[in-house]
Amino acid sequence: MDVAIIGIGIHPFGRTPARSGLQQGAYAARLALKDAGVEWRDIEFAFGGSASAGNADALGNELGLTGIPFINVANGCATGGSSLMTAYNAIRSGAYDIGLVAGFDKHDRGAFNADPEAMGLGRWYGELGLMMTTQFFAMKIQRYMHDYGISADTLARVAEKAFINGSLNPNAWRRTPVALEEIAGSMMVNNPLTKYMFCSPSEGGVALVLCRADKAKNYCAKPVYLKSAVLKSRRYGSFEVFAPSQALQQVDGPTVDASRAAFEMAGVGPKDIHVAQLQDTESGAEVMHMAENGFCEHGEQEQLIQSGATRIGGSMPINTDGGCLANGEPIGASGLRQVYENVLQLRGEAGAHQVPGNPCLGYTHVYGAPGISAVTILQR
Amino acid sequence: MSNRVPIAPGLFTWPAQKPALLGSRCNDCGIVSFPVAQSCMACSGQDVSVEELPGRGTLWTWTVQQFMPKSPYNSGETPETFKPYGVGYLELPGGVRVEGRLTENDPGKLHVGMEMEVIFDTWRIEPNGDEIVSFFFRPLA
Repeated sequence: MDVAIIGIGIHPFGRTPARSGLQQGAYAARLALKDAGVEWRDIEFAFGGSASAGNADALGNELGLTGIPFINVANGCATGGSSLMTAYNAIRSGAYDIGLVAGFDKHDRGAFNADPEAMGLGRWYGELGLMMTTQFFAMKIQRYMHDYGISADTLARVAEKAFINGSLNPNAWRRTPVALEEIAGSMMVNNPLTKYMFCSPSEGGVALVLCRADKAKNYCAKPVYLKSAVLKSRRYGSFEVFAPSQALQQVDGPTVDASRAAFEMAGVGPKDIHVAQLQDTESGAEVMHMAENGFCEHGEQEQLIQSGATRIGGSMPINTDGGCLANGEPIGASGLRQVYENVLQLRGEAGAHQVPGNPCLGYTHVYGAPGISAVTILQR
Repeated sequence: MSNRVPIAPGLFTWPAQKPALLGSRCNDCGIVSFPVAQSCMACSGQDVSVEELPGRGTLWTWTVQQFMPKSPYNSGETPETFKPYGVGYLELPGGVRVEGRLTENDPGKLHVGMEMEVIFDTWRIEPNGDEIVSFFFRPLA
């Protein structure tokens, strides 16, 4: 049983003081239901997640209490991807015909402060100032630049592209392009990454209505089909966040594993993909995730990014809605935003940030602590 | 005379003439973990031995933390007195790569592959006067 996405909804990302995170989730859910042409009472099950804005199943208080199984999902930055994979499997199993996936969040300003004890680590790790996602990404790209010759200028170009794409996306948070020199010269946060090369915790909501592929056309003129939805966690030896020690021998991380499995499941390869949304919590992540997801060899990013290949009009458009850098990261909603964007792209409804040439295959990748990756491949 | 207390029990030998980080080695597959674990993350084995880790290694990667982390960060610093600090993974030969704070915070003086040693020094002073001791990585001159 294949699975189709028949409705999408989004609450603009950024800061919305007048609405709670839950209300932003309900806003997105209502839009998704309307887009699919169904009512909330038609929905047979729901999966959802939020890290800082309450339990997702409280959406029932906003949308109505209909008795459906509504399961809260908590999987760090990969929460949205996890909800989607679980919903995908629920429909594929034949247990349900139609369901909703929702994610929303509302975070305080400033970097996340993760709890070491919740991650199975000693309190000392946080006391010493090692429990910082920003440090991990900085150290990962630092080594990567050393090994593969990626330049600091390329890191700045990733952020420059994100803000250009954000300026074209009415739902993005950062809607003003930032000059390359300003990005490179802004305050250093974690060497080699400056302020503009990091995304910030933000707010927003996204919801998707999924149904059995064979019933999709009953609801939607332009269904988009989920060819794969895969979630993997870290194996021993992958270089991951929140790790007091790392193995001497490195193995492929969860992104490589999830990507390979997703391509195999979909029966397509990286060269077939027309548009990709890759986790870009900072500039270096986008660079490394290009290769980890199979879109190029390690080191080729330097030339690809410098030549503009990853821009909307390029040969390998990446993060066409501005990504995390321009949208911020409301944890529960972030992975679903990528899927929302790809559905728009495949329907040809992305407006000013539409990839030319009628894209028909889209790819999403989200990464979360302490080493999980979720990948989807979508086809129209 | 103030009391010198390790930041957490079991991270390193203390008190000791020559303190060392403590790791666990899996007796089935030989993999080393820091801090000491009850089982092996690589092979799931539960037969592990505690051993002292080497006191020198090479810097595998690094960054400088330029802003003060939120709680649970606990250094005794205030936003006014906060000083950026280096963080890195030190590759200990025959052992494992251990993450820790660096005594050096000047990015111009840090590079992948440089030799460093593990030292033990005061981390913060508690209100009761206790000195909390932790481990740091210091460039070899």
